[in-house]
Amino acid sequence: MNLHVEAPNVEATKPAAIGERQIGGVMLAVDSVSLAFGGVKAITDVSFDIRKGEVRAIIGPNGAGKTSMLNVINGFYHPQQGTITFKGEKRSEMRPYVAASQGISRTFQNVALFKGMTTLDNIMAGRTLKMRKGLFWQMLRYGPAVREEVEHREAVEKIIDFLEIQHIRKTPVGKLPYGLQKRVELGRALAMEPELLLLDEPMAGMNLEEKEDMSRFILTVNDQLGTTIALIEHDMGVVMDLSDRVVVLEYGRKIADGTPDVVKSDQKVIDAYLGVSH
Amino acid sequence: MTAVIPYGIGTALAALMFVLLRKDRKSVVDMSVHIALAIVAAIFIGFLTVQAIANPGGFLEILIGGLLAGVLYSLVALGFVLIFKASGVFNYAQGAMVLVAGLALVRCLDFMVASGLPFALALVIALAFAVAVMALTATVIEKHVLRPLLNQDGLTLFMSTIGATFVLEGLAQMVFGSDVYPLRLFPTDAWFLMENLFQGGILVNKLDVWGGLIAGILVVSLAAFFQYTKTGRALRAVADDHAAAQSVGIPISWIWFVVWLVAGIVALVAATVWGTKLGIQFSITFLALKALPVLIIGGFTSVPGAIVGGLIVGAGEKLAERYLGEMIGGGIEYWFAYVLALAVLLVRPQGIFGEKIIERI
Repeated sequence: MNLHVEAPNVEATKPAAIGERQIGGVMLAVDSVSLAFGGVKAITDVSFDIRKGEVRAIIGPNGAGKTSMLNVINGFYHPQQGTITFKGEKRSEMRPYVAASQGISRTFQNVALFKGMTTLDNIMAGRTLKMRKGLFWQMLRYGPAVREEVEHREAVEKIIDFLEIQHIRKTPVGKLPYGLQKRVELGRALAMEPELLLLDEPMAGMNLEEKEDMSRFILTVNDQLGTTIALIEHDMGVVMDLSDRVVVLEYGRKIADGTPDVVKSDQKVIDAYLGVSH
Repeated sequence: MTAVIPYGIGTALAALMFVLLRKDRKSVVDMSVHIALAIVAAIFIGFLTVQAIANPGGFLEILIGGLLAGVLYSLVALGFVLIFKASGVFNYAQGAMVLVAGLALVRCLDFMVASGLPFALALVIALAFAVAVMALTATVIEKHVLRPLLNQDGLTLFMSTIGATFVLEGLAQMVFGSDVYPLRLFPTDAWFLMENLFQGGILVNKLDVWGGLIAGILVVSLAAFFQYTKTGRALRAVADDHAAAQSVGIPISWIWFVVWLVAGIVALVAATVWGTKLGIQFSITFLALKALPVLIIGGFTSVPGAIVGGLIVGAGEKLAERYLGEMIGGGIEYWFAYVLALAVLLVRPQGIFGEKIIERI
């Protein structure tokens, strides 16, 4: 995989280019998944799939179960019913370590970075699974472990260049403004060289300019690296522009699934968002 | 005594300037605490200066002795810092781990020597045995104490380590016995330095020098390990955020095992030095209490802080005992460190080297 990406031309990466991208078969499928915490039903019998190479949006009003769905996919939550099929392997539950090592990486709704560490160290932490040299060599800080460290540092520098965060390389991330923290978090997820990238509200709390930057990064990652992306987002403009297909949840149930245009004109979706008069 | 006054006033003024120039000063009440502490500190320092000029040989001897004793406190404090940095847990069981490591070492050593092995070989076997026991302890704590509490609050984890303390203390004494077991690994006699400069020279305890050397090596290697290796980075990551660490595929169980194992090895090192000084016995667990002021002064999250905190506590309590003790009836040594820690908490709650935690709201 080539992480070195030219500064992307915004025009070229607009949805007009989508037709040229390769969208393949089903990469991940959740099948009749139900998740409850005690008596609270977070997800009820939801099924959908994510195809290789696409941008898949999960939308819905607050409390619809969107984040719970991501947590099921990457193994933080274990559903009581249903199955998760990733790259042809069917499981009743994921485990975070398995998900990460199989190529699923994610960002969090409320930015979960390692606050005391620098931007560089945060993104390097994303390379953990790629680094194979044992504790013994690391302790000696000699030979293979040093070569490995240098190699991965190069990959990380490419990500830093791509996300345009060179100037905060050595800043502890706790001190960064929110928009940049979100960007570092994306960097850490990219450092894992994921096949499936889960983004939980990547643009929450951002201003217009920051949103445009973030959209550009997401499209470029999808377009140039072929990474499959599933994102949760509240900004409908962004969702409609970025995504190939949208799944809509409400009160833990799926109420619609399809292309942005289809979903946009679905009566159930309109009711869910605008309320319905009884 | 009159010479105290100029020193005292000078230092007090300097301290006052420092307080007034602080940008983040908040209220008059805050400031008055700072000023009062600054004046007390200035008087103490002025007084010490006078004493030092009056009898430099004696002063140096107490200072050096105190500093070296302080390094030994640092050895215990280091174990706390390691676990706190890497898992965000204040590990109350560190004192008990020193006891476990010490008992395992000394009992195995005695047994090997009694069965006729040469001392060096017996020592190697005993050390390996003690490391194995600490690895077992780390495994059990990770599996049965920490893993069920994953993603829980720091306070919950702290409470669980209190429980672990009692279990470890009880088990260790059941398995290895509860007598006082003497351990002689380092020389305990003394050097006399600079005999031509001061009358009688300066007495320096060899054991304390050994302790200092060992602590120095430990700190340098630990700091490098934390800062520059993949596992060190993963340790810091886990301390910051469990969920995020899991999401990038850091195996948390393995990291916790490594942390507790390293803390166990630090406990073993502390046990060799303290055991030579006091013998391995139950009261060694109370070292944990002595490490507390060291940590508060140095900062919970800093390896160098543990060392500097230890030095301050060691030198401070010995000097206070010698020069202030006689004025108020002696016995200062036992509580001076805690008062010092209290003063630090008032002025700089995060300790000298601690990270100031700013919560975004």
